[in-house]
Amino acid sequence: MVEPQTVKNILWLIPCLPLAGAVINGLLRRRLPARLIHIVGCASVFLAFLVSVSGFITLVRIEEPHNRLLIQSLYQWLLTVWDQGRFSLDVAFRLDPLSAALCLVVTGVGFLIHLYSVGYMAGDESQGRYFAYLNLFTFSMLLLVLADNLLLMFVGWEGVGLCSYLLIGFWFSDLEKAQAGMKAFIVNRVGDFGFFVGLMLLFWTLFEGSSGGITGLGFDQLTEAIPLLGSASPILGVGVATWIALLFFVGATGKSAQIPLYIWLPDAMAGPTPVSAFIHAATMVTAGVYMIVRLNFLYAIAPVAMTVVAVVGAVTAFYAATIALTQNDIKRVLAYSTISQLGYMFLAVGVAAFSTGIFHLVTHAFFKALLFLGAGSVIHAVHSNDMQEMGGLKKYMPYTYLTFMTAYLAISGIPPLSGFMSKDEILWATFNSHLSIPGLGKVLWALGLLGAGFTAFYMTRLVALTFMGNFQGGPEKEKHLHESPLVMTIPLMILAVLSAVGGAIGLPAVTHLPNLLHDFLSPVIGGHGSSGHEIHAYGLEVLLMVISTGVALTGIGLGYYFYLKRPELPGQIKARFAGMHRLLFNKYYVDEIYQALFLRPVLKLVSLSGRFDLQGIDGAVNLSSRITAKFSFLVGWEDLTIVDGAVNGLADIFKRWGAWIRQVQTGRIQHYLYSVVLGIFGLCVFMLLF
Amino acid sequence: MSYSLPSFLIVSSLLFCLGMFTVLTRRNAIGVLMGIELILNGAGLNFVAFSRFLEPTQTANLLSGQVFTLFIIAIAAAEVAVALAIVLVLYSQMKTIDVEDFKDLRG
Amino acid sequence: MKEIILNLFILLTVVPCLWVALSSNIVHAAFSLLVTLFGVAGLYVLLGADFIGVVQVIVYIGGILVLIIFGVMMTQRGKLLPLSVQLPGRFFGGLLSSIILVALILAARRSKWPAAASLGEPEPTSAAIGDLLLGKYLVAFEVASVLLLVALVGAVLIVRRSVRGE
Repeated sequence: MVEPQTVKNILWLIPCLPLAGAVINGLLRRRLPARLIHIVGCASVFLAFLVSVSGFITLVRIEEPHNRLLIQSLYQWLLTVWDQGRFSLDVAFRLDPLSAALCLVVTGVGFLIHLYSVGYMAGDESQGRYFAYLNLFTFSMLLLVLADNLLLMFVGWEGVGLCSYLLIGFWFSDLEKAQAGMKAFIVNRVGDFGFFVGLMLLFWTLFEGSSGGITGLGFDQLTEAIPLLGSASPILGVGVATWIALLFFVGATGKSAQIPLYIWLPDAMAGPTPVSAFIHAATMVTAGVYMIVRLNFLYAIAPVAMTVVAVVGAVTAFYAATIALTQNDIKRVLAYSTISQLGYMFLAVGVAAFSTGIFHLVTHAFFKALLFLGAGSVIHAVHSNDMQEMGGLKKYMPYTYLTFMTAYLAISGIPPLSGFMSKDEILWATFNSHLSIPGLGKVLWALGLLGAGFTAFYMTRLVALTFMGNFQGGPEKEKHLHESPLVMTIPLMILAVLSAVGGAIGLPAVTHLPNLLHDFLSPVIGGHGSSGHEIHAYGLEVLLMVISTGVALTGIGLGYYFYLKRPELPGQIKARFAGMHRLLFNKYYVDEIYQALFLRPVLKLVSLSGRFDLQGIDGAVNLSSRITAKFSFLVGWEDLTIVDGAVNGLADIFKRWGAWIRQVQTGRIQHYLYSVVLGIFGLCVFMLLF
Repeated sequence: MSYSLPSFLIVSSLLFCLGMFTVLTRRNAIGVLMGIELILNGAGLNFVAFSRFLEPTQTANLLSGQVFTLFIIAIAAAEVAVALAIVLVLYSQMKTIDVEDFKDLRG
Repeated sequence: MKEIILNLFILLTVVPCLWVALSSNIVHAAFSLLVTLFGVAGLYVLLGADFIGVVQVIVYIGGILVLIIFGVMMTQRGKLLPLSVQLPGRFFGGLLSSIILVALILAARRSKWPAAASLGEPEPTSAAIGDLLLGKYLVAFEVASVLLLVALVGAVLIVRRSVRGE
């Protein structure tokens, strides 16, 4: 087997292989044949996956869990030394159980999606650019995951934002798509600003608080220094730790599309579908969750911030699920579903069940990537995103259908699929949580449960409209329906298997089998995390499982009844509750509200200041000029007769002189030079004489 | 001539005045530029000569004149680049570089 | 020995310089200028300014002069311009220049320069100049670098615009 030392020395390969792929594809995108571009794009990620696997195996083989940590320091990024101490930052990669798990997901799922892209993007002219961006994204995401200090993590954090922008606006000649990219970028900036301010606040607090200060921003150093935050004087009555945790959470809401910064994610569906699967479902949007889990030691001393995280997560989970009920664009349904599922992850980390949050992150990466890729396969066949133009695809696309069904059952929460395992563990942890407000845990649990029911319902609706019934897109299109090529269906199958059995890494306590993921992550999460296993109330756990399964089945049943049994019912309900439907269909008018709240006031302010300029200042100027005009009229007659005569005479003299002197300006350089030399000559004479 | 300050000053005066003569009499714009180079060289030589013969023998101060010459060379480089660009543009537009023909700036 | 070398370099400087001023052939003038600049570089070295001498050779001869010769090549098609048509212009120029020359030479010879305290042997100057440039004259140094950059960009822009314009 590989030695830990060797693996430690090749950690840099994990992010740098995709970077190399990005460079090759980016520079040679016009030269290389499409086949070679595909090979470079996929192979670089696959090799990174292999390195990640070897890193993972090495970690597991280390006996003592607390020694499961490999850090490779590449070089010293910055160093400041002064008389009282020093501060340094390294470009260093950190492989511990947490980052190893994420690396496996990013490179593994990433490889499958790269593979799928080969089929999906076939025939597109700018495939080189596409694969270069996708590889660059993989690099940034791995940088984010593997970074050993906050600043390097921030580099990756910005990098994934950039790549997301590039890929959403991939077909930039379409104005709407380009605008969607910009929207994502700008909304993300708001969040990133929070992250950055949090970073600075953290730095300065620790820097001043410990007289001599921290020596770096590495996670180990931060873990040691974090108790110092408790002694720092509070700002506006709120502890510094809470402020920092909340600011970081603002960053997380931007990147992970939580209330109130989620609005970019649905529009981000303008990008190619594999991009939606990779960036906007499996990896980048989970960066916020990863960041909070990574900083769990900070959140552990900021209970208020934890409560905020949990509440925002639960509300988002429920809220996004309600919007998903009415959307007709298949990718938008999945986008709102992603927002909702991310809400569950934040709920989990908010109630201190960090490993459960990561568990859901992993399973969600499997089944949501599968859902998106399946949707991509459907879109590839139908050439439309509108579910009302689909239907009956079951018989045309059997592989897509079967794999999609697996993911559908997983996300709906049917045991024993992976989605059930992780979601149920979250609900269980929420139910048992000790938040700062008593009873809040139960409320959040109810909200999550309801959201789960909605999830089952809208997913059933999606499956019913897409795969069941008859094709609605017209006979002309029906002739062209076809199953996607193998290069697209094979990733689907692999992901289907993972979605089905992925739950095995986090079995519930009632099975009396070890919860592998939780045990694996425990060194990182330390004493702060709990997955509810400490409370061995098996009876309650089983009861909750039964309840949530029941809710899921009810959701499915209702969906089945509405959309397959009585397809006319939804229309009637829509008519009956038209206001409600319109509210949901228009996504609670949040985009419009933001427009009115933020954009319009700014525009108003601009036009107001413009008006002030026109009316206020110009008015004053005009008024004074009018007064002057009146006054001058009085003086005028005198002026005309006496003063004018004198002025005209003077002007005449100047005019004649001017005409004479004008001749001096001949326009020839050398004449000017003569005058310069004459000046020097004059100077010489002056010096000699006096 | 002996190795003394006046010899160098005379050489630099010669450079300066011949440069000036060139600038005044050449019709070719590039010739004018060459004259300017001669003038600048005269000035530079003056600086170095003074720094050699006049300044107190402290290394730091001794070299001030030389640093000035360095700056003169840098400015000369900038001047030539821009001036030649202008000459080339004029040539491409007026098909001549005779300074006698450039009198559009007449008042 | 030193005097001989000095006089050699002075001749190397002044004679081609006359040629630059008087030659009616611009190409000859350009190559004479090369020799003059080389002579000045030699004088710099004799004055103990080894660094400046090298800079003179590299920047002036290697850069500026090559540019000028390029300019000559690119603008001289067919006829060469005579020195000057206007005889009065030439006459005035010569007169003014020689008066100033006489004045300068008189000033150089007649002035009482402070007697040079024993001239030490010249020492290597590059390190000291480096210190000065990044210390005492840092601002001037930076301004000069910006000036060079601006000149570079400006030159490119001027030429490019005319190329576009056509």
